[in-house]
Amino acid sequence: MIFQFAQLPVLEVVLPLIAAPLCVLLRRGNWAWLLAMAVCWASFIIAIILLTSVDEGQIISYALGGWAPPLGIEYRIDAVNGLVLLIISGIGALVLPYARTSVAEEIPEQHRSLFYTCFLLCFSGLLGVTITGDAFNLFVFLEISSLSTYIMVAMGAARDRRALSASYTYLIMGTVGATFFVIGVGLIYAVTGSLNMVDIAQRLETVGDLRTVRVAYGFLVVGIGLKLAMFPMHLWLPNAYTYAPSVVTAFLASTATKVAVYALLRFMFTVFGLSFSLTIETLTFLFLPLALIAMFAGSTVAIFQVNMKRMLAYSSVAQIGYMLLGVSFANVTGLTATLIHLFNHALMKGALFMALGCVMLRLGDVSIKSMRGLGKRMPWTMAAFVAGGLSLIGVPLTVGFISKWYLIEAALERGWWPVAILVVASSLLAVIYVWRVVEVAYFREPEGGPRRCEAPLSMLVPLWTLVAANLYFGIDAEFTASVAQLAASELLAGVMP
Amino acid sequence: MKHHLVLRVVTKVLIPPILLFALYVQFHGDFGPGGGFQAGVIFAAAFILYALVFGLETARRVVPQGTLRALVAGGLLLYATVGVVSMLLGDNFLNYSVLRPDATAGQHLGILVIELGVGITVAAVMIAIFFSFAGRPPTIKDEDW
Repeated sequence: MIFQFAQLPVLEVVLPLIAAPLCVLLRRGNWAWLLAMAVCWASFIIAIILLTSVDEGQIISYALGGWAPPLGIEYRIDAVNGLVLLIISGIGALVLPYARTSVAEEIPEQHRSLFYTCFLLCFSGLLGVTITGDAFNLFVFLEISSLSTYIMVAMGAARDRRALSASYTYLIMGTVGATFFVIGVGLIYAVTGSLNMVDIAQRLETVGDLRTVRVAYGFLVVGIGLKLAMFPMHLWLPNAYTYAPSVVTAFLASTATKVAVYALLRFMFTVFGLSFSLTIETLTFLFLPLALIAMFAGSTVAIFQVNMKRMLAYSSVAQIGYMLLGVSFANVTGLTATLIHLFNHALMKGALFMALGCVMLRLGDVSIKSMRGLGKRMPWTMAAFVAGGLSLIGVPLTVGFISKWYLIEAALERGWWPVAILVVASSLLAVIYVWRVVEVAYFREPEGGPRRCEAPLSMLVPLWTLVAANLYFGIDAEFTASVAQLAASELLAGVMP
Repeated sequence: MKHHLVLRVVTKVLIPPILLFALYVQFHGDFGPGGGFQAGVIFAAAFILYALVFGLETARRVVPQGTLRALVAGGLLLYATVGVVSMLLGDNFLNYSVLRPDATAGQHLGILVIELGVGITVAAVMIAIFFSFAGRPPTIKDEDW
């Protein structure tokens, strides 16, 4: 009975949510790890089933507690969040086998079972944000995932005390973002009297262009913008990614900001829609310039970083710029590019941060100095890093190329050819910061002799699985492109009752 | 606080009514104002008062760290169990109506157990937060003021 298909949407979120307190009770880190892994794989399988059942434009609706929407909380799955669910649970399922060795090295034993608790809470929070069709429920899940993220970032303090201040900054900024978000939801509720997204969208059409609705829109965009590290609001991100434990960085960099981008898309397109007076203006006059600045500023700052994790964190700021750029085109191709990049960026950043996690495990340091001659000492890890780097640049046969291809196509479709040139130009900046690492790793003599210190297989296998995915989806983009295209047209079509 | 006789006696008198009131708020929550969250906080207040007057170590003996940890997780699990049971009985997660043959009775039972779970977790978390803050070594000693 429990495995009835109809219950799958809620099981996706509830399984990790139940496993989290169980991890507290287990106390032993290894047991907690085993449970977390089982649950993440179960979620991954459920996500695959869910996505395959919405890949022809169907919609799955699940009424929580038997209360019919719009009064009750509704879980609503279409191609858009089906894809995002797949990204989150897939990365979770790959990060966990990798986590055991890395966590054992970086987090003291008495915190380990609590670490997996936080991980599962964050995991289920992110899935919940994605799956829910209720604006306030989204806020609750957003806070579940954020609060557990703050703790996980702070757990980096066992290695570097700066994790504490990074986590604190993130806490303040994240809370401001969440507060803005909930103010926005409150204002919408005041106008429409509903919290269900589809219902809100239908009621907003009859309400007309009120100032309250405009203010609500502003609060929502800024609030979610803080969570997704939109360019001028990205200051929490580099430190949080740098000082968090390696596993956390790999997981967050490939999921947390993606979920925030998803929430933004959901509110801008499904709830407010293109017919809302401010949507097009925001896209053209706010997102487009900010995205372009992020692409260049993020990449330029990345070039001058000494700490490699920090370099990739700034590169993430730039990559979020690409995603917002796709949104700002406001056409199907642009949104397709955003959704494809959502998926692809998760693959490449996941692989890159995992490779750095391997370096961290063996050398205890990820500064550019420690990378000297690492190509000889950790050949598999560095090869994976190079593959991920090539993908980040957008070399053909990697997923990065697919993303850039669709972005440029969307720019040309709108007739904004200077933007297309800028996309290519900013990719050249990525060449510089990836090359720095390659040069140091392959053309300098290793510091402590050419002694080999490759990472264990339990870490290399997930890492190379991601690298293989980078190449596979770079060569055969059929799956990502078709799902993303369907999702983009669903977003632009507005509400389908 | 050995010399504060009045405080100690008043505390001893107050703690049972506080606990009783918490239970009232807890179990009367589906008829009047109240519920698990409020009840949990009131319940924890009794323990915090005890710790303030009789010392942190004495209070820690009453609720050891391990018990506290189990209670934090246990309350949440109780909540989730209700949801899973309603799923096993063939309806949606957290649909209380199927818990008993009579739908209204089932809803009563469901909300009561769920609020109990909330109450346990909230009380345990409040106590845990107080213990961990109170247990920190002071950065400035009392004599240094």
